[in-house]
Amino acid sequence: MLAVPQDLEAEIDERITHYPVSKRSAVLPVLHHLQHHFGYISEQAVEWTAAKLGLEPIKVLEVVTFYPGFRQEAPGKYHIRVCRTLSCAMAGSYELMESLCDKTGIDRSGVTHHHPIAISADGKYSIEFAECLASCGFGPVCMVNDDFHEAVTDVDGLLKQYP
Amino acid sequence: MSEVKPDLVDVQIDGVWHQFPKGTRLIEACRQAGVEVPHYCYHPKLTSPGNCRMCLVETGMPPRPAPGAESPQPDESGHLPISWIPRPVIACANTVAPNMGVRTTGPITEGCREGVMELLLANHPLDCPICDQAGECSLQEYSVEHGKGESRFREQKVKKPKNVDVGPRVRLDDERCIMCSRCIRFTDEIADDPVLGFTDRGSHTVLTVYPGRELANNYSLNTVDICPVGALTSNDFRFQMRVWFMRQTDTIDVNCATGCNVTVFSRQNKIYRVVPRQNNDVNSDWMPDSHRLSFHWIDSDARLTEPMVKENGKHRVATWGEAIAKTVEKLTSLSGSEIAVIASARMTNEELLMVNRLVKQLGAGHVEIVPRMGEADGYLISADRNPNTNGVKLILGLEKPGSALERVKSGIEQGRIKALLCLQENLVEDGGFSGELLGKLDFLLATHPHANPTTGIADVVLPGACWAEKSGTMINVTGRLQRLNKAVDAPGETLESWEIVRDLIQALGGGNGIYSAMDLFKQLAAEVPEFKGLSWGQIGDLGLPLIETGETIPALEREKERKAAGLIVG
Repeated sequence: MLAVPQDLEAEIDERITHYPVSKRSAVLPVLHHLQHHFGYISEQAVEWTAAKLGLEPIKVLEVVTFYPGFRQEAPGKYHIRVCRTLSCAMAGSYELMESLCDKTGIDRSGVTHHHPIAISADGKYSIEFAECLASCGFGPVCMVNDDFHEAVTDVDGLLKQYP
Repeated sequence: MSEVKPDLVDVQIDGVWHQFPKGTRLIEACRQAGVEVPHYCYHPKLTSPGNCRMCLVETGMPPRPAPGAESPQPDESGHLPISWIPRPVIACANTVAPNMGVRTTGPITEGCREGVMELLLANHPLDCPICDQAGECSLQEYSVEHGKGESRFREQKVKKPKNVDVGPRVRLDDERCIMCSRCIRFTDEIADDPVLGFTDRGSHTVLTVYPGRELANNYSLNTVDICPVGALTSNDFRFQMRVWFMRQTDTIDVNCATGCNVTVFSRQNKIYRVVPRQNNDVNSDWMPDSHRLSFHWIDSDARLTEPMVKENGKHRVATWGEAIAKTVEKLTSLSGSEIAVIASARMTNEELLMVNRLVKQLGAGHVEIVPRMGEADGYLISADRNPNTNGVKLILGLEKPGSALERVKSGIEQGRIKALLCLQENLVEDGGFSGELLGKLDFLLATHPHANPTTGIADVVLPGACWAEKSGTMINVTGRLQRLNKAVDAPGETLESWEIVRDLIQALGGGNGIYSAMDLFKQLAAEVPEFKGLSWGQIGDLGLPLIETGETIPALEREKERKAAGLIVG
């Protein structure tokens, strides 16, 4: 069973009270809390959420697999998401991805539809493509954990901030 | 204007006006008007998510005049003109409204159907030649009726999991799935075992069983029945026989007192599958897997095909005449009180009528059946695993069938009972009679479809037909009279029980003149008060209520509640 710290569980319980009509509606905020804490949504997290909200685990899994924002695999210490939607793609997001992989030593050859995340051998960095991060005028953009970076050209400088 | 009752509304379907109760779904209104609306996801016993879009139809309502403008006037039939709405609606989830118009033909509806079909087929594999659903596939049928016949899709079809074991009896081909979600709703709403769901929604949507769980409940094969395509197939039936080669016989299940209505699919005297047949008073559209698959028992290696008599401790094949003569010779040497008859509550009413006559002819001191009580499953399986206990009560006149079995045992033990006629039962395995006890009898006759420990001891063994090989009637747990119809011929020289008993009665010097189960039903109608005035034809394919038992079928009760709550059409 998932080891959810007491204060996190209290926070989650409070969030659930925001949905008095149907606890099912709280599935997204609960998953966000869990992903923020654990880094990804494990099978145990799916079952913990289902038990918490009185749902069948399959109903939670349906939600988790629908949103690319929910990860089902553990990311590295720094998780990089590179936008590949049109404006960024034209501004060089594929080159940015290549360069980031080079510098961090990440091999993306195993990436598939069902396994979108690649991790560096030391586990420090992980990377995946994301759809529009809402800064189309300043491509290419990427996010490292919760930090937002626009018009990324200096990859070394970027990585230096995440030692 | 036609008389409008308060709960009825006038609806025009394809140019003809009809009346329907308020709240009727458009798809049901069309069906009642004799117009078929194609659909995949809609099922009257399940909630309607409206996700397949195949049932889109064009609708219209009377025009609403601008303020101050003249109101539309009714025509000579009393109906207002219809102003057609360019936006089609799904017929499965919308209900009728007063003066509504529905068009199931015309460019809007037809265009919708063509579009939906083209999109469904974009990713559907064209493996019909090896697909088990071929011949009974909605996608195939609607392609013929509503498809364009060509596709503009030139890209690669999406690859998805194939040949997935979702449970011990059900197999999934995700590429064939059209995402109608019937199976998901069935497991959720009817079987209370929600293990199925859609994951990776989008262009890669796949039907998934939750990791580590399986679709193993005793109603899992119903998902195969309601799957409109070949995505879910039965491990038992897949690749066994093309559906169009098989003959369909409507009959009833005999594995418990519910008597689920079924259709038996057979070819050249071999049964390939049994599927539930809709009867809203008995089994709705469902049946348990355990009952559905029990037909394999019929064809087992232990099947008896010829009469046998025991000589010097060994069985040898005999003619019917010889076996009957040997039985009669023994029985006539005994007094009635020394003879016991054990009949079966798996016999039809007609067979039980003959047993009753035999008992009277012999003046037999004991008549009993073997009870089979188990646990009800809270859905369709009755606690009484005998299909015709109610028939036994009415026809053999036993108040508590099975209660005197111990008296028969002690009668044999004490030597008061010297001969036992065991008809279609297995006393050793099902009745709790030991082989040693049966050995004390001077004479044991056993009829059964299969060789078993009881026939092994019997002095005379007669092959009796099983449920799929005979016609007749039974009375289910709720008191409903239902008909069995013969699906296949019994093997070898096997006879139906009523024929065996008729031959015995005849040899004992009684009358004859009975040639069919229908003849027997006439006699039942003449002799047993509850059957008075009934005819074979009157019973129909769905049966009719005969007696009040006060019993209900839990799955049906829940369905009634869901219908009353407006969740399902029913």
